[in-house]
Amino acid sequence: MTDPVLGMNEADRRATADPERPDTILRYTAGERTNHWLVAMCFVLAALSGLALFHPALFGLSGLFGGGPWTRILHPFIGLAMVVAFLFFAVKEAAQNRMEARDWAWLRHIGDVVNNREDRLPEVGRYNAGQKLVFYVIVLCLTALLLSGIVIWRAYFSLYFPISGIRVAAVLHAFCAFVLICTIIVHIYSAIWVKGSVRAMTRGTVTPGWAWKHHRAWFREVISHAANSRPRSD
Amino acid sequence: MALQSLDIIRRSATTLPSPEIREATGDATVAKLIDTTKCIGCKACQVACMEWNDLRDEIGTNVGQYQNPHDLSASSWTLMRFAEVENPKGDLEWLIRKDGCMHCADPGCLKACPSPGAIVQYANGIVDFHEENCIGCGYCVTGCPFDVPRISKKDKKAYKCTLCSDRVAVGLEPACIKSCPTGALVFGTKDDMKQHAAERIVDLKSRGFENAGLYDPAGVGGTHVMYVLHHADQPMLYSGLPEQPQISPTVRLWKGFSKPAALAVMAFTALAGFFHYIRVGPDETDERDEAAAQEMAKKSEKAP
Repeated sequence: MTDPVLGMNEADRRATADPERPDTILRYTAGERTNHWLVAMCFVLAALSGLALFHPALFGLSGLFGGGPWTRILHPFIGLAMVVAFLFFAVKEAAQNRMEARDWAWLRHIGDVVNNREDRLPEVGRYNAGQKLVFYVIVLCLTALLLSGIVIWRAYFSLYFPISGIRVAAVLHAFCAFVLICTIIVHIYSAIWVKGSVRAMTRGTVTPGWAWKHHRAWFREVISHAANSRPRSD
Repeated sequence: MALQSLDIIRRSATTLPSPEIREATGDATVAKLIDTTKCIGCKACQVACMEWNDLRDEIGTNVGQYQNPHDLSASSWTLMRFAEVENPKGDLEWLIRKDGCMHCADPGCLKACPSPGAIVQYANGIVDFHEENCIGCGYCVTGCPFDVPRISKKDKKAYKCTLCSDRVAVGLEPACIKSCPTGALVFGTKDDMKQHAAERIVDLKSRGFENAGLYDPAGVGGTHVMYVLHHADQPMLYSGLPEQPQISPTVRLWKGFSKPAALAVMAFTALAGFFHYIRVGPDETDERDEAAAQEMAKKSEKAP
């Protein structure tokens, strides 16, 4: 299958893997990794500056941004940067994140998932159902955060909206940020929990064993393409 | 510095109590009483406010009405609002209301403010903005049930009537009170002002204004700026004075329950992750997985 944006098929992923370790599989290209970490940096900055304005106990975080007024000035621009960075990411990844029948089956086995009993789970494609849900939560939350954020952006846009609308937008903004932060905490923890994931997103590669264990259907795809397009000499 | 005065009873975005050692004796709170029935719309109070606070708004344009400027602004902290109302008898009533901060006992601006000490409430009831702590987010605008605070275009700080807290602190009355030629504006303790209002209301009722009354809305805990209205049953007639003002339930949800609840859930989510790692442990890939992968890869190569 050819990636619609990168023009890269799954065999290429294998071919461009770490040259030092010929048996590794390229899971995330340099472009994908860059994009992911740009989104991640924006998220951390937006979350810290947003939390500073959300709860008095966290107002001290505004010191990281040069004080209260600078936090107020920077936060919306950081948010916009995150939306733009995520937009590129979402366009690339949307096709890979469609929920399939096996994903719903996977979700029904959530008890096996959290207890590391992966042998009892249905096969997983490039992304599992949890990753797909994280994707959708981010899409929905960022959309709502963008729209509500514009309404409460006092310096440029609030004057175009009635106060009652601004009040609703403020609550919606806080709620979506809360959902997003909780989701990202789960996302980050999952990367720490499933060993090999951090390496995939920092260096790009995974071992065949990792792919076989966590994303078997995707692994099948990778090796079948490799077998068809680049038969090995043995 | 402001806290040193021991006169501050509430401070924005502050979770601990303000200094509380000094106990006020009796009702030490002050109030401004605006008697709309005595107001002639001369705007002396607007001028006095400009002069004392040294504010000069931009010169606007005349749109054929007395109200000028058209709205409150960062440099116009008080404003005569002129409403032409036709009463049921078909007569014209010219209802003039001096608008500005109401100095609520339960201030929505202070509740909404995210910056510690940018909004304070003094023991005498005055709600004041401390611009040195203001970050310009405009949450106070969202919190206010009377649409009073304005963010300056010049410096992005919030401004509003201070009830001349600087004058009151040294025993003077607010500048607007000084200037009123008809006695429509009076200032004193809140109890005295209520009593004065009660006498005025008796007088107004005897003159045929049977719905005359005092505007001291309970929804915001009462206010330290009160009105005597000829039509206290219809405050909306006075250029939209809200009938039952209160801090919006949306703002209360946002700045009340949701703040600690959201932090608690976020902390719980992180803790749940930590203890999952401690109890269940990491999900690792070992040699058996690698061997199984090799197996599958070999099979796949053999297949056509």
